[in-house]
Amino acid sequence: MPVKTESFYLNVGPQHPSTHGVFRLRLTLDGEVVVDVEPIVGYLHRGIEKLAETRTYTQIIPLTDRLDYLASMTDNVAYCLAVEKLAGIKVPERAEYIRIIISELMRISSHMMAVGFYLNDCGAFFTPVLYMWREREKILDLFDMLCGQRLLYNYMRVGGVSQDLPDDFLPALKKFVDEMPKYIGEYNQLIKDNEIFLARSKGVGILPKETAVNIGASGPVLRASGVKWDLRKMDPYSIYDRFDFDVPIGEVGDCYDRYWVRVLEMMQSLRIIEQAMKQMPQEGPVIADVPQFFRPPKGETYGYIEAPKGNLGFYIVSDGSIAPYRLHIFPPTLINITALKDMMVGWKVADMIIIFGSMDVVLGEIDR
Amino acid sequence: MTTALNGEELAKKIAEAVPGSVVSSDKSSIIIDGKSLLQVAEHFKNKLGFDYLTAVTGVDYIDYFEVVYRVVSMQHNQSIFLKARCYTREDPALPSVTPVWRAAYYQEREIYDLLGIKFEGHPYLKRLLLWEGFNGYPLRRDYL
Repeated sequence: MPVKTESFYLNVGPQHPSTHGVFRLRLTLDGEVVVDVEPIVGYLHRGIEKLAETRTYTQIIPLTDRLDYLASMTDNVAYCLAVEKLAGIKVPERAEYIRIIISELMRISSHMMAVGFYLNDCGAFFTPVLYMWREREKILDLFDMLCGQRLLYNYMRVGGVSQDLPDDFLPALKKFVDEMPKYIGEYNQLIKDNEIFLARSKGVGILPKETAVNIGASGPVLRASGVKWDLRKMDPYSIYDRFDFDVPIGEVGDCYDRYWVRVLEMMQSLRIIEQAMKQMPQEGPVIADVPQFFRPPKGETYGYIEAPKGNLGFYIVSDGSIAPYRLHIFPPTLINITALKDMMVGWKVADMIIIFGSMDVVLGEIDR
Repeated sequence: MTTALNGEELAKKIAEAVPGSVVSSDKSSIIIDGKSLLQVAEHFKNKLGFDYLTAVTGVDYIDYFEVVYRVVSMQHNQSIFLKARCYTREDPALPSVTPVWRAAYYQEREIYDLLGIKFEGHPYLKRLLLWEGFNGYPLRRDYL
């Protein structure tokens, strides 16, 4: 006698450890196999774009911290670069180097969290994360030295950075950069060839090259699919054209490639920091002469950077007043999750968790 | 370095390929007539090689709504801003470019959610960040 079956719905989230925040996935399942996926976002919507319309250009910087809260410094940088482009402000040389060093440290920290929590989703519950946290803590200590904050820094300013490096920062950074390759080697030893990890992530959730480009993916997700597109190389902003580094890419675009591209990027970030420390001018101003309230000329601009999670952009329209007329934030992770359905359909629920973990999603950025 | 193309020069070529599509152009952008937006988008993707759509956003200029698309050609490393305008505040609508670039899927939903511009032909036009039944469109300038 044939057994009558029918598909059913399963809600994952909004409160679920694997969703890395408040994110809901409405799955249609056929037994254990995913048939349809509908991501539902907006649980963390704070209306930052609307709030920005009633704040001055400088007052918006703390709001940008709350976007991608695991990489606040790069959010600050992206916003400040856009305003500087709009108002035509030149940043002092030393501040440019400080920004590069900070952005790359932030990238390492963000990628460590991404890899650590991805391993969590794979079932290695909190052991790898604690190894990652050990080194991330050192980066947070460095940031603590800079500005007294560990998570939401508000360190960048339009025209530079808020204060110069303290005396003990560079020796501590040097020590970190020297030690870090050893720790990355340690992670690789733990994770890279682990048979269970390979079985769970190789060939799972493949994102083909064409789809990745068509959905507008960016960052490690795009590069893992084999597209050599890094804004630091393709459209060097700030002073990235002065550094020598490679853009690692993946081969097939599966979960393993997304993990491995991030590890390789950490190594490249260390290379950039080393070069920046050598080239950086010893003295000089760290902030341009920018008044507290300034009126950029009428017009619009789009400033963007390669944030740890991808292409982060700010579209600012100015009407010549002290506050922006319109501020739009272009978040990389919102665009990356467009591909979730393509990647998840046909896989089991357990693989769905892994695929989602490999995307490195932060909800503060998606919901804004 | 991504070359930002000159809108005025490119606009001439677009006007030849899709007659009546260009409203005006300036140094960095081309303003496209809403009716032929989809055709222009297809031309950009298939003929000119602009395969990568990044930012899509909407701005309320009170007299009109403007939707801005930044399209990039990965092959030639070029970029250009396309813009389309809606002159009505009651039920503004534009054709959706999601069939051409899926990158617009969430961003068009977001613009619909916050500015109230309808994208015709979008596969799943529902509010993104706010809940169904929310009254008004918060990013409009007259929303209090």
